Amino acid sequence: MITLEGVTKVFDQGRHNQVTAVGGVDLVIADGRLTVLRGPSGSGKTTLLTLIGCLARPTTGRIRIDGEMVSGLPERFLTEVRRRTFGFVFQKFNLIRGLSALDNVVLPALPLGVAHRPLVERAFALLDHFGLADRAELAVENLSGGEAQRVAIARALINDPAVIVADEPTASLDGARVGQFLAIAEELRRSGKTVLITSHDPRITEAAIVDRLVTMADGRIVEAAP
Amino acid sequence: MRATFERRRHLLDFAVRSLARRPTKNLGLVAVYALVVFVVGSVMLYGAAIRREAAAMLASGPELTAQAMTMGRHEMSRSADVAALKGLRGARRIEPRLWGYLWDSAGAANYTVMVPTASDTAHALAKGEAIVGEGVARARKLAPGKMLFLVSPSGKFLKTRVKAILSAESALVSSDLVLVEEGDFRAFFELPADAWTDIAITVTNPREVTTVAEKAGLKLPGHRFVSRADMSRSAEALFSWREGLTLALLAGALLAFAILAFDKASGLSAEEKREIGILKAIGWESRDVIAVKLAEGGLISGLAFLLGVIGAWTHVFFFSAGLFEPVLKGWATLYPRFPLAPTLDALEMATLAMLTVLPYMAAILVPVWRTASADPDAVMR
Amino acid sequence: MIFHPPILALIAASLISSLVLAGAGLFAVRLLRHWDPASGAERQIELERITTLVSTVVAFVLVVEAASLVLFAFNADRMAPLFVGAMCAVGSLNASVWGFPTLWAKIVVFFAAFVWLAVDRVDGRTRDWALIRPKYAGLLVLAPLVFAEGALELAYFLDLKADTITSCCGKLFGEDKPNLGGDLAALDPFQAMGLLAGGLALAIGLGVVAARGRLLAALHGVVSLAVFGLALAAIVSAIAPYVYEQPHHHCPFCILKREYGHVGFALYVPLFVATGAGLASALLVPFEGRIDGAVATAARRGLTRTAVVGHLLFAVVAVVLVMRSGLTLTP
Repeated sequence: MITLEGVTKVFDQGRHNQVTAVGGVDLVIADGRLTVLRGPSGSGKTTLLTLIGCLARPTTGRIRIDGEMVSGLPERFLTEVRRRTFGFVFQKFNLIRGLSALDNVVLPALPLGVAHRPLVERAFALLDHFGLADRAELAVENLSGGEAQRVAIARALINDPAVIVADEPTASLDGARVGQFLAIAEELRRSGKTVLITSHDPRITEAAIVDRLVTMADGRIVEAAP
Repeated sequence: MRATFERRRHLLDFAVRSLARRPTKNLGLVAVYALVVFVVGSVMLYGAAIRREAAAMLASGPELTAQAMTMGRHEMSRSADVAALKGLRGARRIEPRLWGYLWDSAGAANYTVMVPTASDTAHALAKGEAIVGEGVARARKLAPGKMLFLVSPSGKFLKTRVKAILSAESALVSSDLVLVEEGDFRAFFELPADAWTDIAITVTNPREVTTVAEKAGLKLPGHRFVSRADMSRSAEALFSWREGLTLALLAGALLAFAILAFDKASGLSAEEKREIGILKAIGWESRDVIAVKLAEGGLISGLAFLLGVIGAWTHVFFFSAGLFEPVLKGWATLYPRFPLAPTLDALEMATLAMLTVLPYMAAILVPVWRTASADPDAVMR
Repeated sequence: MIFHPPILALIAASLISSLVLAGAGLFAVRLLRHWDPASGAERQIELERITTLVSTVVAFVLVVEAASLVLFAFNADRMAPLFVGAMCAVGSLNASVWGFPTLWAKIVVFFAAFVWLAVDRVDGRTRDWALIRPKYAGLLVLAPLVFAEGALELAYFLDLKADTITSCCGKLFGEDKPNLGGDLAALDPFQAMGLLAGGLALAIGLGVVAARGRLLAALHGVVSLAVFGLALAAIVSAIAPYVYEQPHHHCPFCILKREYGHVGFALYVPLFVATGAGLASALLVPFEGRIDGAVATAARRGLTRTAVVGHLLFAVVAVVLVMRSGLTLTP
């Protein structure tokens, strides 16, 4: 369970271009559910996602993950929590060009010191699961949009995190691929993972599999279904 | 323990592949880096080799040398001068010496022709015999038993049979040496029987060299007394000046190189910045990225150092530092007449590494850290 | 001034270390004034970020200092022919009043950087920056030490003149000379070895049990420092003569040279590491109250284990050198 209390994030603090991206958010994200953060561009939903995902630190407020305070942790421990807890799927997939699909999938595990063979086996099994076994050795720039997203999802899963975070996952996908993504998301939730998605795409926000919809505007939560 | 090892292995592996993905940029850097190592290394190896040669030369000489002076110019000493020094206190041995230079047009080289002193029984020679240095033997294709012909500037001939060749270990000092018997020497150079090149004084207690020189000076006012320490000091002054100046000039090059390294390390391409942002976002810590980037720097340094050192070593010992000859020739009479003896010295290598690798690594520290501390959420903005 | 390349390299290394630590020192002042881990303000995040840089540069300085310590000793040895009466490093170091102080300063800086990094690693394992203030106060001690070492080194090299008359190991470690070196050499080798053996046994014993209590760890640190002194004394009075197989050759530097198979490194490296680890574990004792118990215990265990292994290695090497030697000293 992830708990946010009075969380704010201010950029360029004390300067004339100071921006309050997130202004006082209280939120509880339950385990094993699929939550969607909805809102127009600039509503602060991506910033809130970075705070929840321990990618950035809140300016004020507290964030707890399974009861542990993470908002004041040194980078090393914050990274540790992040690695253990979250898997990220980014809007632009963010795969490293010049490396193969398999090499991209193992990246998050490299600093953990996992032995080489079991790591590669696990990565291959994940790619195989997403129907990419024959693409494993291919450089990622040669993959289609849908394939690239599935490589990104496999990468997010390599450390077996409890929470999968996806930022605008359908922004770079055409219609048919959206269904494929939703199927994967549902499968992940069914396997017990918490799924957190930001989106303003009605194909996501209105999908039947969504457990909870949280709407943001101007850095605040304006509507949160229970 | 095992996890630490695996982590390092993974990160090193990643660093190698990351270098390989950008061959042009990194090879360019290695080339410039290797060039810097090559230039600094050449100057250092050359200086060290000359220094060794000078030290060996001085070590084999006497503590004190007396030279006759006329109007401030070096003049021959007479047998009477040697006699005047007899009984000098503190001197273990006083020996007149005969030696000179000979330009040999056949071998296109300058030889040092010398008569072994009376105390040098190991090299005692009979009339018509000669002992030659390794360099002379090489240039004239000599072996023991073969004949050596020398022609003096006035056209006199000297025909000798080679008795032995001086060992290769002492080649640094004796490479250009030709030892002949006294009578042959005098006849060849047309010297009167009582003329000597200089007088060597062996001093019992090295701490009393100055006192001995003062006392000797009273006995032979027309002579100049040069101590080994004087020569060592003047040689040292000469090297200091030359090598120090050269290295100081090179310090500019090193600084420029460090700035280049700093610039290269901080001016990452957009693609590289994006990559690091991704790594941070998917769970890499700053210290992981720092480890990878420093490993890249270490690999580049290792490769460039190796290439530079091999280049400098070949340049100095096999091409006699040909590229810098115009600059280095100013090391005057000590410029070797024969190729320098190749050596590889740990202290010199460590020094070279400290002069080149250290500034490079220091220059990339801050840029590497700055890169590594990119915000992990940057890729989402 | 003698313009040898190693001298230029050593000065360059000191300059780089000093510059780096000057920057780190300025940052330390800033950190001590503004540090507030509870805050999520940009200034705090920036401070936290820079601590990673400081850890990296101090590690870099430690490597540089270790390399420069070795280079300094070897260079001193190599310069010996320039000075009348010098046969090895001791003579060169004696050629100026600044020689030995520079060497001692380098050793002190090495230990200081070693201990700082050990504390830094422990601090890195705490979730609440428990040691950040003492650590950065410590940096304000380390930085001036590095400057002082650089200044001594510069004074030494500037003061050197070829042809200086100096006294070498035969004089410095002459048994009848009224100085520290002479006293060390005159020390009965059996007594010195006995003291060292006793000290090592005590250090190793304390090291084994140090994880059990703070007092034991503190004691272990003090004994490690004492063993460092005893070890140097024993090297001068007994171990070195055994290596050279000459009862009157006491030099502690020549054992590093190739003629003797660089065995000196096998003695000094474990000794330095063990001493550093022992000091670090003792230094952590007063701060243990601030640290999470498990972290403190793990840190103390790691450091004392390193010290014990180092002392054991040193003991084994010393015993092997004495056994192997053809020299027999009789009491």
